[in-house]
Amino acid sequence: MATTANKATTKQTTVAMTGNAGCALAMKQINPDVVGAYPITPQTTIVEEFANYVANGVVDTEYINVESEHSAMSACIGASAAGARVMTTTSSQGLALMWEELSIASAMRLPIVMHNVNRSLSGPINIHCDHSDSMGARDMGWVQMFGETAQEAYDNTIIAMRVAEHEKVMLPVMIMHDGFITSHAIDRFDVLDDEVVKKFVGEYVPKRALLDTDNPMTFGPFAMPPYYYEQRKAMRVALENAKDVVLKVSKEYGKLSGRTYGLFEEYRLDDAHIAVIVLGSTAGTAKYVVDKLRDKGMKVGLLKPRLFRPFPSAEMADALSHLKAVAVMDRSDSIGAPGGPVYMEVKAALYNTTKRPHVQGYVYGLGGRDTGPDQIETVFGDLQKVARGEEAPREAVTLLGVKE
Amino acid sequence: MATIKELSHKEERLTGGHRLCAGCGASIAVRQVLLGTDNPVVAGSATGCLEVSTTPYPFTAWGTPFIHNAFENSAATMSGVEGAYNALKRRGKIPADKEIKFVAFGGDGGTYDIGLQSLSGAMERGHNMLYVCYDNGAYMNTGIQRSGATPFGAATTTSPAGKVGQGKPQARKDLTQIMAAHNIPYVAQASISHWKDLVNKAEKAFAVDGPAFINVMSPCPRGWRTPNEMTVEIAKLAVQTGFWPLYEVEDGEWKLNFKPAKGLRPVEEFLKPQGRFKHFFKPGNEHLIEEFQSQVDKNWERLKKRCGVE
Repeated sequence: MATTANKATTKQTTVAMTGNAGCALAMKQINPDVVGAYPITPQTTIVEEFANYVANGVVDTEYINVESEHSAMSACIGASAAGARVMTTTSSQGLALMWEELSIASAMRLPIVMHNVNRSLSGPINIHCDHSDSMGARDMGWVQMFGETAQEAYDNTIIAMRVAEHEKVMLPVMIMHDGFITSHAIDRFDVLDDEVVKKFVGEYVPKRALLDTDNPMTFGPFAMPPYYYEQRKAMRVALENAKDVVLKVSKEYGKLSGRTYGLFEEYRLDDAHIAVIVLGSTAGTAKYVVDKLRDKGMKVGLLKPRLFRPFPSAEMADALSHLKAVAVMDRSDSIGAPGGPVYMEVKAALYNTTKRPHVQGYVYGLGGRDTGPDQIETVFGDLQKVARGEEAPREAVTLLGVKE
Repeated sequence: MATIKELSHKEERLTGGHRLCAGCGASIAVRQVLLGTDNPVVAGSATGCLEVSTTPYPFTAWGTPFIHNAFENSAATMSGVEGAYNALKRRGKIPADKEIKFVAFGGDGGTYDIGLQSLSGAMERGHNMLYVCYDNGAYMNTGIQRSGATPFGAATTTSPAGKVGQGKPQARKDLTQIMAAHNIPYVAQASISHWKDLVNKAEKAFAVDGPAFINVMSPCPRGWRTPNEMTVEIAKLAVQTGFWPLYEVEDGEWKLNFKPAKGLRPVEEFLKPQGRFKHFFKPGNEHLIEEFQSQVDKNWERLKKRCGVE
């Protein structure tokens, strides 16, 4: 399951770029038929970079500069149903405005790939990172993959195209990276050659297309109670299929790049007694803390989810079974629920297993509130007390770094 | 322009057997519009009567590729289809000599109100597509609620006539002129009652290079409270009374397509047969008819001026 580094079988170039530039580069290398997109902070630099590729003839994509995110997803749906390979990108309010269209895209089984550069939801209005935007879209029938670094954002973009278009999936894929932290910071990472990416994603040959006028088809019909339910079941089955497909495609990608991703990453987890579960860029900070505490002799580890939808419950329960206590850190709150979205998934994944750790929930970093190593150390401190039986497990979620 | 006999031999792209009501204006509008081209057509529709009644899964009445997405985005959706066509043609995946036409339909709710932004955006971007609004003056699919297209005084379920209220207090929005202000190659207003005019306009709209818009008067017997067999006649009265003038704007040139030699008929003739205006004819409500007439007169004079007609 872990992310592994193996020997790459193809030449790569090391670049220094922002996460957003990396995503735009991956889009350029994919050269989709259609991009329908609308600018929003912190996603904007992706659409700007891509517009430059279009203006300079580097890609021959039909670039539709729509008048809203609702129309962005609407145009993407039209284009994908027409038989084109389609990509888009958004953040926060943009994703919220697309809401209605998200589950139409997945129900129509359209393999659209979209970056959602994570940003908090209004209000109050705020442009900085948390995961409430994409977490709010977790039940929309999309595959959701989170990345920690610019490297992962780039790699996930290319992998996502293959996952979306796989015949056993045929669902849209949403790829996340953290707003500003990953999107705007310049990072050093490796990229594949254009030709290698082109070959890897291959040609998209749709089975059904509006533009196949000799075989007219109706997309988006009216389905009453005798048919609707089965349609939704088909989506569930396809989304479940995505788990194996993500692994298969990631493995193939790993052979090329030397970077093989799993459903989640395990960091010093094998012999750990306590661990933190955190996704996105904060996993980087958490790894630093894990190393620091390991140096002090503490048996600590980390699990970083990559695939959030479908949620790899069984695999995660298995990976966590040997632990005494884990802390789930959520960069979004599910207000009124027992804890954040990742916390609830992890707890549900463990409930029916016989050997399971105690699970503690934390919310952190809302609206871009900085989350440093000290906060993560506090979390490990809590876990250690619980594991030793010094402190009673807490029921309620703890809000880290919030002012009283 | 083909004769009616020739048109009758053309292939029907919206077949019978759909679930639209007897006397519905929408299917008449769609069939006449689709007679405007012999090319392959991809059609789309906003959520509404037309979509619900023509695509009850697992059936479809569409003999041509069709897409329904949601309520407010028929234009944006079709702009994506057209974008895909451009891309795939450029990449040689569609033969260079194959020319596909694109038409998006929407009722007045999906066009004047919730879909106006999507329509405006698609027209501004210059997609080579036709947008057709079948205007029946209310949200008929959900049970006759008022829309931006509902005429002054019309009773709907959300603007009922009661002890105090006298139907919709506001006049309707003039969408056709809003679309003309987009300076697109072709904009027209037509009616299902004037089939030759409508098919002619559809032909022109499909032929232009760029976006085109046609607003089609499409009466709804349920919402208007008129007998099913009266649909075409009441649409004709809408035109003859000047409530729904037939005109077109071709590359900025305004042209009035119908001007009765003996002048307009009084709007009362259009209002009287419709149950939604029943309260206009109660004693003491004469002023409602007068107000309606004065609005029609004012708009008619304004339009004549724009079209350079005395």
